[in-house]
Amino acid sequence: MITIRNVSKIYPNGFQALRECSTQVEKGEVIVVCGPSGSGKSTLIKCVNGLEDFQQGEILVDGTSVGDPKTNLPRLRSRVGMVFQHFELFPHMSILENLTVAQVKVLGRSQDEATERGHKLLERVGLKAQAPKHPGQLSGGQQQRVAIARALCMDPICMLFDEPTSALDPEMINEVLDVMVELAQEGMTMMCVTHEMGFARKVAHRVVFMDEGRILEDAKKDEFFGGARTDRAKLFLSKILSH
Amino acid sequence: MHNWRWEVFLEPAQGGSGATYLDWVLVGLRMTAAVSLCSWVIALLWGSLMGIFRTYPSKLLYGLSTAYVEVFRNIPLLVQLFLWYFVAPEVAPLGLGAWFKQLHPNLQLFVASMLCLGFFTGARITEQVRAGIESLSRGQKAAGLAMGFTLPQTYRHVLLPMAFRIIIPPLSSECVNLVKNSAVASTIGLMELAYQGRQLVDYTAQSYESFIAVTALYVALNLLILLFMRWVEKKARVPGFMGGGGR
Repeated sequence: MITIRNVSKIYPNGFQALRECSTQVEKGEVIVVCGPSGSGKSTLIKCVNGLEDFQQGEILVDGTSVGDPKTNLPRLRSRVGMVFQHFELFPHMSILENLTVAQVKVLGRSQDEATERGHKLLERVGLKAQAPKHPGQLSGGQQQRVAIARALCMDPICMLFDEPTSALDPEMINEVLDVMVELAQEGMTMMCVTHEMGFARKVAHRVVFMDEGRILEDAKKDEFFGGARTDRAKLFLSKILSH
Repeated sequence: MHNWRWEVFLEPAQGGSGATYLDWVLVGLRMTAAVSLCSWVIALLWGSLMGIFRTYPSKLLYGLSTAYVEVFRNIPLLVQLFLWYFVAPEVAPLGLGAWFKQLHPNLQLFVASMLCLGFFTGARITEQVRAGIESLSRGQKAAGLAMGFTLPQTYRHVLLPMAFRIIIPPLSSECVNLVKNSAVASTIGLMELAYQGRQLVDYTAQSYESFIAVTALYVALNLLILLFMRWVEKKARVPGFMGGGGR
C-alpha cells in the first residue's frame, strides 16, 4: 500500500532530515514509527502524502508516485487520511461542517450524502451530540476524535497519524487510542507516529525506530519489544518503558 | 468675539440655484462617502488578492505583491494623488489616458481620487491580510491540503475565513483612515467634505460654523463605520474561539 524507498530529505540550509529511509506498509497492516524528537519520524510521515517534499528516493502510495511532479497530489491526498498532533480542525466551521466540507468540495458528494456520512462517523466516535458545536467548544480528546472521523469521511485507503495523542491531557489519551485500536482491528492500513507503546503492543504489526533521520530498526512487533537490535533503540525503550 | 450665526446654513447660497449652504455641506458629505466607498471596494479586493500573493508559494507572485506594497506604502499620499491625476493620464497605455481625458472634469477628479485612495489603502490591507494568514498555525494549511483541497481551495475554505475574522479590528481602523485620507482629494479640487468646508468659509466668512459642521460630519461618518464594523465582528464571531462565547 505504502512503499518508501531510499528517501532522503535535505533542507536548503543543508540540514538532512531523512537519510535513505526505506520501509513499506502492506494493506491492512499497522506500523508504529517511534524515536526521539528530531529523529525525522514526523517528516517521514508527511512525505507520504506530499506535505513535505524530498530530494532523493521514491514513495509509492497504492502504486502512485508521490514525488512525481505529474502526480495529482490533491487527488492522492483525498484518498489518504491524516490526523495531526494539534487536531487542526477548522475552527470557523461546526463539527458537522468539518466532516462534510471536503466530501462536498473534493469528492463531489451531495450535501445530503455528506451529512449522512458525517453523522454516521460522529456516532462511531461517540460524538453525535456535538455535531452543531464548534471545535473551540470541545475538549482536546473530543477534537482529536472528530479529526479522525473527518479523515474517515473521505473513505481513505490508509490512515496516517502524526503523534495523535502528544498534545492531549493524560486522561484524554485513551478515548483517542480506543478509536484507533478499533480502526486497526477492522483492518485499516495505518502508519502511526506515536510514543504510545501500549498501543503498539496491542495492534501494531511492525515497529519502525528512527534516530537522526535514519531508520535504525524495522521489525515485527514481538521482535522489537523482545529485544531491539541496536543500542540506541534499547536505550530509548528503557527510557520510555521505565515507568 | 466671534459672531455666531448658525442660521447661515439655511440661507440660500450664492450662485442663485436655490440651494442653501447646508446643501453644499451635504453635497460634500455625499462625495466623501461615495469616493470612500468606491476606494474601499478597490482596496479590499486588491489588498486581499495581494495579501494572498504575499503568502503564496510562488516567487513571482510574492515579488509582485511585495514590490506593490513597498512602492505604495513609501510614497506620500499627496504625491500619489498628483501622480494619479496629473502624470498617469499622460503615460497610461492602451488609450486609457485618452479615455480618462475625455471624461467630464468632475468625473476625472473622482476617478483619480478613487484609484489613488484605493491602491494606497490596498497596500496597507495587503499587509494586514498577510499578517492574518500568517497568524494561523501552519498545521491549518497542512490540514486543508491533507483533506485533498487544492491550494486555492485551502485558502478559500480554510485559511481566509479565519484570517479575515482575525483582522476585522485593524480593517475597521483602515476604513476610518481611508475616510480621513479622502480629504486630500480636496487639493486637486474634488468637491468632497473638506473642500466644501473651505468653500463655505470663502462664501460666508463663518469659519467656525463651517469647520465645526465639517468636523462633526467626519466624526459621525466614522462612528457609523466603527459601529457597523463592530456589528460585522459580532456576526462573524466563532463560538469557542477568541472570546466567542462559552462552551
